[in-house]
Amino acid sequence: MSPSVPIGDVRSLSSGTLINSTKKATKLIRNFTLKRDVHLADKIFFLGLLFTSFLTVILLASIGLFLYLASEKAIAASGWQIIFRSLWDPVRDVYGVLPVLYGTLVSSLLGVIFAVPLSLGIALFTNELAPKKLATIVGFLVELLAAIPSVVYGLWGIFVLVPLLRGSIQPFLIENLGFLPIFTGPAYGVGMFTSGLILALMITPTISSISREVFRAIPHSQREAALALGATRWEMMRLSVLKSAKAGVFGAIILGLGRALGETMAVTMVIGNRAEIVASLFAPAQTMASVIANEYTEATSEIHLSTLAFVGLLLFMVTFLVNSIAHLIISKITKKHTGTF
Amino acid sequence: MSLNPLGDFTRLHYKRRKATNILFCSLMVVSTLIVVLALGAVFGYVLYKGLPAFNWPFFTSLPKPVGEVGGGMLNAIVGSLIMVSLGGLIGVPWGILTGVYLSEYGRGKFASTVRFSANMLSSVPSIILGLFVYVILVKPMHRFSALSGSLTLAIIMIPTIARITEELLKLVPNHIREAGLALGLPRWKVTLRIVLRGSFSAIITGVMLAVARVSGETAPLLFTALNNQFLQFRLDQPISSLPVQIYTYAISPFDDWNRQAWAGAYALIVFVFLINLITRVIFKPTVKGLN
Amino acid sequence: MKLFSLILLSLCTQISFAATLINGAGATFPFPLYSKWFSEYQKINSEVQINYQSIGSGGGIRQFSDKTVDFGASDAPMTDEQMQKAGAPVVHIPTVLGAVVAVYNISGVQSGLKLTPEALSAIFLGEIKKWEDPRLTKLNPELKLTGDIIVVHRSDGSGTSAVFTDYLSKVSPAWKEKVGQGTAVNWPVGLGGKGNEGVAGLVKQTPGSIGYVEFVYAEFNNLSYANLKNKTGKFVTPSLASVTSAATASIKAMPEDFRISITNAEGPGAYPLSSFTYLLVWRDTPDAEKGGQLVKFLNWAIKDGQKLASELKYSPLPKSLVAKIEAKIKTLTFGKQKG
Repeated sequence: MSPSVPIGDVRSLSSGTLINSTKKATKLIRNFTLKRDVHLADKIFFLGLLFTSFLTVILLASIGLFLYLASEKAIAASGWQIIFRSLWDPVRDVYGVLPVLYGTLVSSLLGVIFAVPLSLGIALFTNELAPKKLATIVGFLVELLAAIPSVVYGLWGIFVLVPLLRGSIQPFLIENLGFLPIFTGPAYGVGMFTSGLILALMITPTISSISREVFRAIPHSQREAALALGATRWEMMRLSVLKSAKAGVFGAIILGLGRALGETMAVTMVIGNRAEIVASLFAPAQTMASVIANEYTEATSEIHLSTLAFVGLLLFMVTFLVNSIAHLIISKITKKHTGTF
Repeated sequence: MSLNPLGDFTRLHYKRRKATNILFCSLMVVSTLIVVLALGAVFGYVLYKGLPAFNWPFFTSLPKPVGEVGGGMLNAIVGSLIMVSLGGLIGVPWGILTGVYLSEYGRGKFASTVRFSANMLSSVPSIILGLFVYVILVKPMHRFSALSGSLTLAIIMIPTIARITEELLKLVPNHIREAGLALGLPRWKVTLRIVLRGSFSAIITGVMLAVARVSGETAPLLFTALNNQFLQFRLDQPISSLPVQIYTYAISPFDDWNRQAWAGAYALIVFVFLINLITRVIFKPTVKGLN
Repeated sequence: MKLFSLILLSLCTQISFAATLINGAGATFPFPLYSKWFSEYQKINSEVQINYQSIGSGGGIRQFSDKTVDFGASDAPMTDEQMQKAGAPVVHIPTVLGAVVAVYNISGVQSGLKLTPEALSAIFLGEIKKWEDPRLTKLNPELKLTGDIIVVHRSDGSGTSAVFTDYLSKVSPAWKEKVGQGTAVNWPVGLGGKGNEGVAGLVKQTPGSIGYVEFVYAEFNNLSYANLKNKTGKFVTPSLASVTSAATASIKAMPEDFRISITNAEGPGAYPLSSFTYLLVWRDTPDAEKGGQLVKFLNWAIKDGQKLASELKYSPLPKSLVAKIEAKIKTLTFGKQKG
């Protein structure tokens, strides 16, 4: 700080006579900028920033790399067909990832199916219907939903949702819609259906807040045009909001899906932990994340361990893919509307 | 009996349009209500179950062995505090520096790689980060430790903080930077003293939100910090944390432990909500667009 | 401020300035007892603090072999292959005996369900799907059994599962062929719960369910458990006495390294689903200080510790065995490798 005081401190400039100080300042600035250490400090600063940023990239890459290294044995043992085998048998030390993939996919898709109408409803309500104050409050409440830790959702799921589903909702569905294979079997309470419900609660904030951003980016003139032509409120939303926001909403949904795929604790606590492919949504299952949480610290055989790392690698790749698609879509949209980003 | 059949048709048509309008608008209200009620159900139930067990011993005593009534979560509270602070100590500067790089120098291919990595890093499921730290730290060190847990939490914080910092610094108008540079200040000083300081309170908000998020993380701590029934301050030892303790208690069959799980959930939720509320009220103008 | 200083004060009173910190992990089967032991032992010997986490027997073996913990705990003894992979000689120290009980949740049936080995294996194979199945009602004519059977098993690597499947493999050829024995198996039917805690929790919450847990978990949760038909054809209720009698019946066959299965034991009073549970230690613990304290603890556990066992429904070790184990503990060394 000390050598640059006369320049850095603006007050000292304004105190002396104007000409004098200006002259002095020019001279000092010239001296200062010529000094090597300024460049050096700037360079060090820049290099420091560059280095940390580089570390961030390295971090991501090494996660992928180490997962790959850890799962090499499993891949070597059974090749990539490990993905398509539907058996998970720790006794014979034979593993297939298909049941886990199935459980992940079904529970996440269920979550998305439940969450999408709710999220769009909220986004439209807060953006198009509600008075501003109410919208702010609702927005805050929905954000709180996102702030609840996963383990608390799990706890609530075990003690509130599961008994409720087992006691009344699932038996009712089995009785009345039991002709559909997805609503058969005993009402366990835990299972893919339950996970789907909890996941829906967890991803609704993501989908609704991004959809809302997308709706906001649509110019008001578009809405006014629709209303001026005599459209009802809903017609206005359908024609001038939803239609132009299609791609953005799709991006939001994909982002929500990405979150659901990797969700661990809440799902582990209510999914029933059983690696099997069953048509019934009420059946217990196992997701990629939950199988790692359940078995990683205790798998004893090398292949078992390596397979779990492989499941991790797969989950990493899937979320990577899903999220890059979502980001691509969303950044394209925001670019189109605001011209920046 | 109308003389104008077309008029009848339009009237009917209009009625139907109006009904559809009402239907869909009320559907929006209903879906909002459902979600708000669900939040109320979760929060209300945690309050109802947690409050009775949420007492003084909860903060001041250690867990009791099975079969003995009472006990608290002191070990878990201290453990969470230690790991979140240490995680912040690593993750916050790292995240801010990356964010500064992105906003101040962030053009070109490398910068977009960094930006992309930060985005992707924030979407990696936390359990995978736990697995990663187990492989690179726990296994070679031959121990579960508070350090490993902190590192995992730090990794979760980095991308969030980096992105928030970048977004906030981008809001600083360019003429402010130019003014600083025109006065002959070196660029690093302009960045640190003017640009960063100007957005300081907003960045703090982002940091607080990130802290709130990691203090509820459970999955990555299962393989890294494990758990500990004793009070522990050493960084090279397994340590307890509030979320892991809640998980352990939640899946246990003992009523006493289930009660403790609710009390823990209550403490965690209140902490997280308070942070959210504080950031809302105090830093209101700056938070917009953060989430 | 007052609050803060109060918290600080209570913190200070809680801090134990233990010189030695020992970490262990493994079986959930003896966890209630171990949590009591380690909490009691710290009161007696404040210079050591033993942290034990119940992550399952499979986890105990694995984390012990990876040396991420100082000692492991398992109900199933390590297999030869596992011991070889551990890289250094491992010693099994039996601590107590436990029983695995078949717990059930049938509304209106508080106690007294009788099961034969055949019926039990058929249920877990998924061949008996309803409680009103004649194979069950014939055994229990006085009970009102109806509804779907929901099988609950362990989702993690577990010594309890090892004991249970070891038993089923002994009594049912079909089980042996289709499923086999191990800490984790490919269960033909049912729900998975994590740990004894998880299974007990699920059974408690799920009407119509049947699962298997360590005895103490059933007791603490007021879960009903079945009487099992043993090798001599008698229906035996799990109890401290019936477990000890299974142990005494098998003690003659006890090998040098204590690795033995006592399921389906002989003797009219023997409960067929009994098992030893072990602590796993290195024959030479690398850290001398930890090793020394560990040996001290083990000696305490097999003598004074046994008194706490029956309180928690674990059967104490037979007297004749304690002397043998003590001799074994004497052979343990610590810090030798370094020197």
